[in-house]
Amino acid sequence: MPLDVLIKTLFIVLVVVGAFAPVITWIERKQSAVMQDRVGANRANVMGVTILGLLHPLADVIKLITKEDVVPAGANRTMHLIAPLIAAIPSIIAFAVIPYGGVYHFGGTTVNLVVADVDWGVLYLFAIGSLATYGTVLSGWASNNNWALLGSLRGSAQMISYEVTMGLSIVGIFMCFGTLKLTDMAFAQDATFRVFGFLEAFGWLTPLPAWLSWVQLPMWGVVLQPLGFVLFLTCIMAENKRPPFDIPEGESEIVAGYFMEYSGMRFGLFYMSEFIEVVVIAGIVTAIFLGGWSIPWLSSAQIVAHVSATFGDGFANGFCMLLHVLTFFAKVIGMIWLQMTIRWTLPRFRYDQVMDLCWKIMLPLSLANILVTGAVILGIQGLTR
Amino acid sequence: MTTSLLFFYFFAAVALISALGMVLNTRNTVAAAMCLVATMLSLAGVYLLLDAYLIAAIQVLVYAGAIVVLFVFVVMLLNLRSDAFPPSRQVLSKALAVVLGGYVMWRFLKLLPGMLPPEKPIPAGFGGYEAVAIELFTRWVLPFEVTSFLLLAAIVGAVVLAKRRLD
Amino acid sequence: MIPLQHVIALSAALFLIGLVGAVVRRNLIVILMSIELMLNAVNLALVGFSRAQAQLTGQIFVFMVIAVAAAEVAVGLGILISLFRNRDSVNVEDVSLLKW
Repeated sequence: MPLDVLIKTLFIVLVVVGAFAPVITWIERKQSAVMQDRVGANRANVMGVTILGLLHPLADVIKLITKEDVVPAGANRTMHLIAPLIAAIPSIIAFAVIPYGGVYHFGGTTVNLVVADVDWGVLYLFAIGSLATYGTVLSGWASNNNWALLGSLRGSAQMISYEVTMGLSIVGIFMCFGTLKLTDMAFAQDATFRVFGFLEAFGWLTPLPAWLSWVQLPMWGVVLQPLGFVLFLTCIMAENKRPPFDIPEGESEIVAGYFMEYSGMRFGLFYMSEFIEVVVIAGIVTAIFLGGWSIPWLSSAQIVAHVSATFGDGFANGFCMLLHVLTFFAKVIGMIWLQMTIRWTLPRFRYDQVMDLCWKIMLPLSLANILVTGAVILGIQGLTR
Repeated sequence: MTTSLLFFYFFAAVALISALGMVLNTRNTVAAAMCLVATMLSLAGVYLLLDAYLIAAIQVLVYAGAIVVLFVFVVMLLNLRSDAFPPSRQVLSKALAVVLGGYVMWRFLKLLPGMLPPEKPIPAGFGGYEAVAIELFTRWVLPFEVTSFLLLAAIVGAVVLAKRRLD
Repeated sequence: MIPLQHVIALSAALFLIGLVGAVVRRNLIVILMSIELMLNAVNLALVGFSRAQAQLTGQIFVFMVIAVAAAEVAVGLGILISLFRNRDSVNVEDVSLLKW
């Protein structure tokens, strides 16, 4: 049993952290270049061969490793060392509960493509997110620098404020799916529902004619909880301190905020952890709101049934697994694109605007979302009894 | 010597060493707060071994992720210098406190085996969020609502205490 | 399967470390943190007994203790900040006006 956990962990660390995170730095440079009608970074080359600028992440890593490791005088050396680690580790271990595939049976063995299938998966994500605050808190204090302290106080206040709204905005999803387990949410989103089914439930048009029955939507989180999706996406982007919420790192205002005194690979860890969190955000939002690994309008039972008719059961399951993993990563890339678009479109919020947005706008909206969701669910249960 | 017992010894050792580190640390208050975080995380590990999954998640979320962050905020804002505490004048009473504490601990550990009730088997789903939620919202709903009043009173009190007087 | 005796021994050890810390240390912040350690030790004992008796009452009480601890830390730190603003010190030996 520990062997397949090890294989899945290696897959996550190598593919997602090792391959995705550097590619995202490339996506950031190239997508912003396309959006701003310029060429972007394309000079890094190996003997004259530039692969559209894909060697820039490699150049970044070489630069960061070979830079001098400076610790400011009067700074606390231990805290200065462990702050980037505390910032980076929660981003990587958040992948433990994100399912990148369903459950497949190959003869005797069953493969469940998630590293840890715990009952309280979403609570684990919140707990890890709240531990990530320490990286911000410690890095500013350990630098013995006024501006770093200011940036770190702002950043950590922002992070703990948005954690509250993040938890509340997802309560609607818990009510709809009835579970905290991310794999169960992905399975629940593998189905479709009839859009005009409420006509039949209210008794206005029974039985529903075939042409109305044919209009079906996949039961994704974004369809069931559109407001929850917008709130959650905003809160988790603010948690990651991505623009437009990047006043703690305000590159043009307080130099680099809380990681001003970090250079070399320590800065590299902060920088990488922010991009790994972009992938984590994409993974979480995909798993909860965008149907995870499921293909819309094509449930996994249908795929296995169609393919196993000609090729046999084992091959059908393997093919289904491949399709699902590719679908998951395609959705993750779509969410990364969305985050990059938002980042390069909106100007930075001022700090009091960030706090106002959280406590005065999004907290009441998420409470209203819970109220309306509860009312609708009770109404549906009462009417379809 | 099952795996869970080994994990328990590991978590217990980390908890005890971090607790001692927090109490004995005289130079750096933020390091003491980090030792408290290590204690709380290892206690969350022990809760997982005791099948209290929801409590473990709440411990990390609330205790390690919010309460100790509040401590570290206050330490950062107060900006304490390390020379603010001259050597104590009451070394003898402190030594006596430590010795008495150790003696109480030793007597308690000697009496412990005879004091405990026998253990009962647990049902499935024990400590999961569903079982705890059903218990909390049916049998203990009044203490739950009263706790919300307590938290409201604490919020109002904290805001009033920390406000600067504008006079 | 963790024997209840080990859990209670750990809880007692943590409680006594917290108690000695709250009595011996002079830094108010460390005293507050030692009180948190004592509350954690009590939580551990409650969870251990809840597991041994197969009743969820212990875990519900842990919820209440965590909520009370959060409230107490917020108010305690508010008092500490007011104290620091007035006396510029968090040394508990400086707050001895009522001492006989």
